[in-house]
Amino acid sequence: MLLMYLKAFLVGGVICAIGEVLVLRTSITPARILVGYIIAGVVLSAVGLYAPIVEFAGAGATVPLTGFGHALAQGVKHAVEESGLIGAFTGGLSATAGGITAAILFGTLVALIFKPHSK
Amino acid sequence: MDKQRIHTNPQHYSWLTDQLSPPSAFGSGLLQAFWVGGLICVIGQGISDIGVHLLDMNARDASTLASITLVFLTALLTGIGVFDQIGKYAGAGSFVPITGFANAMVAPALEFRREGLVLGVGAKLFTIAGPVLVYGVGSSVIYGLIYALFIH
Repeated sequence: MLLMYLKAFLVGGVICAIGEVLVLRTSITPARILVGYIIAGVVLSAVGLYAPIVEFAGAGATVPLTGFGHALAQGVKHAVEESGLIGAFTGGLSATAGGITAAILFGTLVALIFKPHSK
Repeated sequence: MDKQRIHTNPQHYSWLTDQLSPPSAFGSGLLQAFWVGGLICVIGQGISDIGVHLLDMNARDASTLASITLVFLTALLTGIGVFDQIGKYAGAGSFVPITGFANAMVAPALEFRREGLVLGVGAKLFTIAGPVLVYGVGSSVIYGLIYALFIH
């Protein structure tokens, strides 16, 4: 079990470090990097390359935004297997509903409760 | 001053700056992103394990629990102004994990809340999360259509 944590740390760290290379060596904005990561996650998942990384590293692969893309793709795949073409429309958001809803809910609450910070 | 200039051509100048700047600004940036990003994933793995072993969840639900908890912690840390500091130190180490997605929603909503509940909080939540969802969902639908029509 401890080994799983080491693998999550290493793989998650490397995925983040790749993002940092883009920050330090290119002029790509963080917003574009996030969009790129989620598309990369969908594509890697679609061609079957991301599931083995999740198998190997657990949260090290599911917590980065590429894992969000992987969840979208796997959700769509399972929904298509269950209910056909309509699944392409329902599977993605169903599979990622928890994280998105949490971000909307807690984001709204925090914006209402806390005061903006001066930068 | 002018005497120094005589000896300073572009190559010499870039050699000088290389000598004078910290030896590994690039390396230390990478290391900071690496260990903070790795640590956030380890926390996610811990929450996921709690879900599986203590709360009897299946792997998928436990992974969702980890996302929800990390999103909650990020929202809270953004609210009290701590996440900003983590972001400055870790760069991509904090914005590549789902914490970055959460922070990208909370921070503008908080900052623009005086513009009102609808066009301030409600709209600004999606300043960055909007594009991420548009291209994430969009590409997953394309994959779903290809999978349904040609593979499945």
